[in-house]
Amino acid sequence: MASIDSIAENLRHLDEFARADTVVHRLDPRAKVVVTLAFVVIVASFDRYTVAALMPFAVFPIALAVLGGLPAGYLAKNVALAIPFALLIGLFNPFFDREVVFHLGSLPVTAGWISCASIAVRAVLTLGAALVLVALTGFPAVCAALEGLGMPRVFAAQMQFLHRYLFVLVDDAARSTRALALRSGGNAPRPTTVASLLGLLLLRTWQRAERIHLAMLARAYQGELHSRETWRFAAAEVAFVIGWVSLFCILRYYDLTRLLGTLVARVLP
Amino acid sequence: MHMADALLSPAVGGTLWAVSAAGIAYCARKVRDDLDERKVPLMGVLGAFLFAAQMINFSIPGTGSSGHLGGGLLLAILLGPHAAFLTVASVLVVQALFFADGGLLALGCNIFNLGFLPAFVAYPLVYRRIAGARPGPLRLSVATIVAAVVGLQLGAFGVVVETVASGISSLPFSTFVLFMQPVHLAIGIVEGFVTAAIVAFVHRARPELLDALPASAGARPLRALLLAFLAAAAVTGGVLSWFASKNPDGLEWSIARVTGADALPAPEQGVHAALAALQERIAVLPDYAFRKSAEAASIATGDEAGDDQESRLGSSVSGIVGGSVALVLAFLIGFLLKWRVRAASGGGGSRR
Amino acid sequence: MSHHLVELRSVSHVYPDGSVALRDVSIRVTHGECVAIIGANGAGKSTLLLHLNGCLAASSGEVRVGDFPLTRKTLTQVRRTVGMVFQNPDDQLFMPTVLDDVAFGPLNLGLPQADAEQRSRAALERVGAWHLRDKPPYLLSGGEKKRVAIATVLSMAPDILVMDEPTSGLDPVARRQLMALVSEFQHTRILASHDLDMVLALCERTVVLHEGRVAADGASRDIFRDDALLARCRLEKPLAMQGCPVCGVVRLLPRSGAA
Ligand SMILES: Nc1ncnc2c1ncn2[C@@H]1O[C@H](COP(=O)(O)OP(=O)(O)OP(=O)(O)O)[C@@H](O)[C@H]1O
Ligand SMILES: [Mg+2]
Repeated sequence: MASIDSIAENLRHLDEFARADTVVHRLDPRAKVVVTLAFVVIVASFDRYTVAALMPFAVFPIALAVLGGLPAGYLAKNVALAIPFALLIGLFNPFFDREVVFHLGSLPVTAGWISCASIAVRAVLTLGAALVLVALTGFPAVCAALEGLGMPRVFAAQMQFLHRYLFVLVDDAARSTRALALRSGGNAPRPTTVASLLGLLLLRTWQRAERIHLAMLARAYQGELHSRETWRFAAAEVAFVIGWVSLFCILRYYDLTRLLGTLVARVLP
Repeated sequence: MHMADALLSPAVGGTLWAVSAAGIAYCARKVRDDLDERKVPLMGVLGAFLFAAQMINFSIPGTGSSGHLGGGLLLAILLGPHAAFLTVASVLVVQALFFADGGLLALGCNIFNLGFLPAFVAYPLVYRRIAGARPGPLRLSVATIVAAVVGLQLGAFGVVVETVASGISSLPFSTFVLFMQPVHLAIGIVEGFVTAAIVAFVHRARPELLDALPASAGARPLRALLLAFLAAAAVTGGVLSWFASKNPDGLEWSIARVTGADALPAPEQGVHAALAALQERIAVLPDYAFRKSAEAASIATGDEAGDDQESRLGSSVSGIVGGSVALVLAFLIGFLLKWRVRAASGGGGSRR
Repeated sequence: MSHHLVELRSVSHVYPDGSVALRDVSIRVTHGECVAIIGANGAGKSTLLLHLNGCLAASSGEVRVGDFPLTRKTLTQVRRTVGMVFQNPDDQLFMPTVLDDVAFGPLNLGLPQADAEQRSRAALERVGAWHLRDKPPYLLSGGEKKRVAIATVLSMAPDILVMDEPTSGLDPVARRQLMALVSEFQHTRILASHDLDMVLALCERTVVLHEGRVAADGASRDIFRDDALLARCRLEKPLAMQGCPVCGVVRLLPRSGAA
């Protein structure tokens, strides 16, 4: 992961994007969650040597990002940051799966390289879709949507707290690490130092949780977080879900890329 | 060590989603019924703590790499396994959504590897066993370190099994195991030390926090729960993978089931026949030759390797060309939309 | 309206780690009074306030709000009556947006959505923070957080207002606004603060805590004239009662001293 300051920065950005007001933002979050889940499952359902047929799926994150006013650079940077693990494992494929499938000019292309490329494409698509979902919906709304889709209420309430105090605690941790760095003369901190820093942070957090709970009780809290927002699953949402999911299904069973390839081959001599 | 969407098949991802969702539902009910609701804000805020704490790296001596706190075990020691499981799960949801760490399909795997295994296996079966009822500082530390190592080893093994079962990566099982386990042994030991130090710290500063846990959180009900989970996972996983192996495509199977297109014994012909008929009907180009991407798979598995070399090359090239064209088209649609959005909002001024 | 009465009868409080924060404190606040609790850091002010709505339970002694002792049964009713603004606004603002947060209390009281929003709006307008309604709390400045925290309590229409350090972190104008707001409030007010000038301006009565005990309880002007008491309790005269370092004029002469 990147430095703690850049993560804090990133969190704020995400939240800022989520507070914009566009067509995509106005959709019921449940619709967006459902479509994104469908997207991820369908992308994952392709077999391991699929590369080309996955390409058309890029239209989903791209279209949403554009309609929602999400900067391309932001999206690209964050997808790039998140990709390494999948790519690392994917890079082993060429070593174990060496059968040559075809030659590109004089370059032999093995099945391993194809599946590696497939992993990279999947990673970009699925990570991109998840990022777009949160950036255009906002975390609290995603939580509310998941609750609407059957997630237990306790869990939803807990995630709401997590999100709220994430910012406070990330700042707290950032201050502590900065203070630590300033006094450790450029060396990487030793585990014992980190442990006591974390221990203190933990105790401070615990006390804070106790104070928060008091503050909630003081305002007649009885174990339920009422949410003010009432979303409506209207015609626009139904159209959104049906439209995208049917597009995904078509793209899944009907390889658009081969069709395009054949078309291009026809047009060119 | 987050599992990633790109390495997962829907069958494996779906199985672990189901298992994790069941775990969340069960633990949420447990927390609501058994514990006072004071724990909900506490769990939320401790989740934020864990999130922040995971950003603080420490160097792993002798390896030149760095690790961070996993937290599942620490939270289980502080909150008990149910609340700890929920808290780790919530952190993973946030990481998946905010940082696309792992991804949505892999969420179930990650919750299982990093939440379930430490909280419901390492904590009751290792930590509790070693620590006993009223542990002294040394016993507490030993129990914590051993449990952390076990938990992380299990988690790493989980990643291996899930990856290999999905079959997207070609890494052989043995190689992957030999790669993952030793790496996570070193990480686990250091993490264990850090966790132990934190536990000792809390033990000194606020002993009442550690004593507040009901001692009954150990043994029997947990073992029953564990067995139930394993059974559920085995059944779902077994069913899903049976269909997956009959028919490489979990999704096709589920769609066929939804549409009622076929009886179970011979899913292959039924589904494919139905789909082929469907494709025939909606085909734009009559001579559109490459309908199923599964063909690409058969190329690589070598079953039909002796097939026509020419057509294989042709299909590959048309795949590459088509894929690029599709990608370009996707971006083009993006630009068009952007242009329209700009035009609509009058020169791109942002509204509030 | 006897339910605006607040009384502590020989309350002591010992924290779990053994530190004794309150020792045998007895205070009686009647309807409409504005009472300040002052004292050095660690004197026990926050601890005392937390007893007023049952956030902390007395280790010994009794707390009465209205005519009833504070017990488990009366707790819910007491919490509706006593509105508490905490020392650190970050602990008080936990919902995704400002408006959600201010509506939290009214919704918990069972008000319908529309009424809750209506009340929230009134409360936010009163503290001059309506324009912040859609912001998430962590993007607010310290003073804005404080004002919103006050609105979260006002929206519940409490009969008794309890505030811990209401002016800390506010800029001079916001501090004036807050003081005006508090003085407009019709009911009982109890404020803990280090802002002695505010205390002098708003509260007729002051209770001085020292190491968990009530060191003095009386008219604010009298207390601030008692140099020995102030020195013993690590306090000072409000600036308004000190001589101006430039021209030597005391702006606010103690009333009885002029006689
Ligand atoms: N949670 C706690 N556990 C143990 N001791 C505590 C706790 N909270 C406060 N104390 C102790 O109780 C005493 C009174 O604390 P309190 O917070 O009431 O002081 P205060 O008058 O509000 O101080 P300040 O002006 O700094 O806000 C202090 O000595 C403090 O160390
Ligand atoms: Mg205080």
